[in-house]
Amino acid sequence: MIRLPLATLVIVVLLAGGGRAICAERLVVSLTNHRVMITSSYTGVELVLFGSVERDATAASRSAPYDIVATITGPREPVRARRKKRVLGIWVNTESRTFVDPPSYLAVLASRPLDAIASPEIRRRLQLGITNIPFPELVHNDVGEVSNDPFRPALVRLMREQTLYSEKPNAVTFLAPTLFRASLSLPAQVPIGNYAVDVKLFAEGALIAEADSAFEIVKVGFEQFVVSESREHGVLYGMATAAMALLTGWIASIAFRRD
Amino acid sequence: MEIYLPIADMPVNIFLVLAMGLAVGFISGMFGVGGGFLMTPLLIFIGVQPAVAVASVTPHVAASSFSGAITYWRRNAIDVVLALTLLAGGILGSCGGVALFTWLRTLDQLDLVIGLSYVILLGVVGALMVGESARAIIRSRQGKRIELRRPGSHTWIHGLPLKLRFKRSKIYVSAIPVLAIGFIIGFIGAVMGIGGGFLLVPMLIYLLRVPTATVIGTSMVLTFLTMISATVLHAATNHLVDAVLALILMAGGAAGAQFGAHAGKRIRGEWLRMLLGLLVLAVGLRFASQLVLRPDDLYSIRFLGGAP
Repeated sequence: MIRLPLATLVIVVLLAGGGRAICAERLVVSLTNHRVMITSSYTGVELVLFGSVERDATAASRSAPYDIVATITGPREPVRARRKKRVLGIWVNTESRTFVDPPSYLAVLASRPLDAIASPEIRRRLQLGITNIPFPELVHNDVGEVSNDPFRPALVRLMREQTLYSEKPNAVTFLAPTLFRASLSLPAQVPIGNYAVDVKLFAEGALIAEADSAFEIVKVGFEQFVVSESREHGVLYGMATAAMALLTGWIASIAFRRD
Repeated sequence: MEIYLPIADMPVNIFLVLAMGLAVGFISGMFGVGGGFLMTPLLIFIGVQPAVAVASVTPHVAASSFSGAITYWRRNAIDVVLALTLLAGGILGSCGGVALFTWLRTLDQLDLVIGLSYVILLGVVGALMVGESARAIIRSRQGKRIELRRPGSHTWIHGLPLKLRFKRSKIYVSAIPVLAIGFIIGFIGAVMGIGGGFLLVPMLIYLLRVPTATVIGTSMVLTFLTMISATVLHAATNHLVDAVLALILMAGGAAGAQFGAHAGKRIRGEWLRMLLGLLVLAVGLRFASQLVLRPDDLYSIRFLGGAP
């Protein structure tokens, strides 16, 4: 008798899940480049995200156009935000908060302003937009969200100033009713590592399909060689740099000799 | 032309950095200082992380001072014995300085202490130098002879035991103040990330009465020796020395130091000290204004590392 409701629940869930699987629209996305290589002439790069909405026979005809929200998340890294206060006439960092692994890069690209795409409740639940993405903090050796913490908007503002965080409501354009493209320009100071691209398809304020992709930013060639040498053979690297300093100094003293 | 710096993780304009190296190199060659106290703030200003800036400036200072030292060596204006005695004290001082550095970092107030020490040191040294050189200039204007080396004016320093004769500088002083000066320079250099030439030159002139002829060359030899070892230490411990950044700085710096050393020869000693004093004072005031004026943004962020 106890099992019966559970079994019913399972069937209901399966039906709901199955219903989702046979759902009309499917989202297909691709990036122009999955591997951004940093060379000595690197000053940033532009990636293009392409996508198409695949409709099968069962797809209901939509009265409203589709909406796309793409969230690009860079590698995560702990960040400390500090606030200065005047102490004895000097500005000193008095308060600080440690954010546990916020993304070092965050871009939200959409086809329309987010508040026109979905309701605040849905946006909060799906973590759409920078304001809805959680930034857990380290509080007394515990990790949690701190509501209304002034350090959170300060962190977002500082990251936006460095163009590491951005929200562009008109970056996704539909070339045809079911075909879209979005260009993502990565600034020169983007951190290296793996980037996740999460694309959500909305229609009439509801999420109807999702797709994801990824790309990585890596150093190659000489840049990679310098980094790995400095990490793995620190002393040797230091001595090589020192020798370079002596050589440069010596050459300069000969080349510019005026005696 | 932009070039990507592999350790600093950012592109910079190669000509801008080259010009910065040239300008700072000129100043360092002219006054016999390393120029670290100018270059590090400049790099931080163009967006290089402070830790990378401090670490990458050390090989640049080494190249500049080595290039300058060769020029002074050819002119026979270096007191090797004095430089090596100072270095002995300097090595001990660096060890003490690194220990203090580590302790301050655990207290999370390292930035404040560095800022305050820049203000106090640069302010006091700059003011003293400007005052002294102004008096010397006024005296020479009044037609009096300038006597930097007043034989009768021996201070208590000259009464200390363990006397050594530094032939090239024509001074006969105790080894204790020489080692102590070396210790202080090494200590301050490790804490503040500077070579300490701007402190060493006035100390040698005013405390030990080293003649102007050998003071700059000797200071350059000491700076070059300490900065070479600091480069290896930084690379081995922090892995933050950006060789590409250092090479661009060096290329400009080494050339600039040559022109600076020649320009320095043509300027009279007291004017040279006045200019250096004003420069030191200006950098000190800049640091003071950062501490005293309300910052544009009360918030700041610092990445704690961990990303590949």
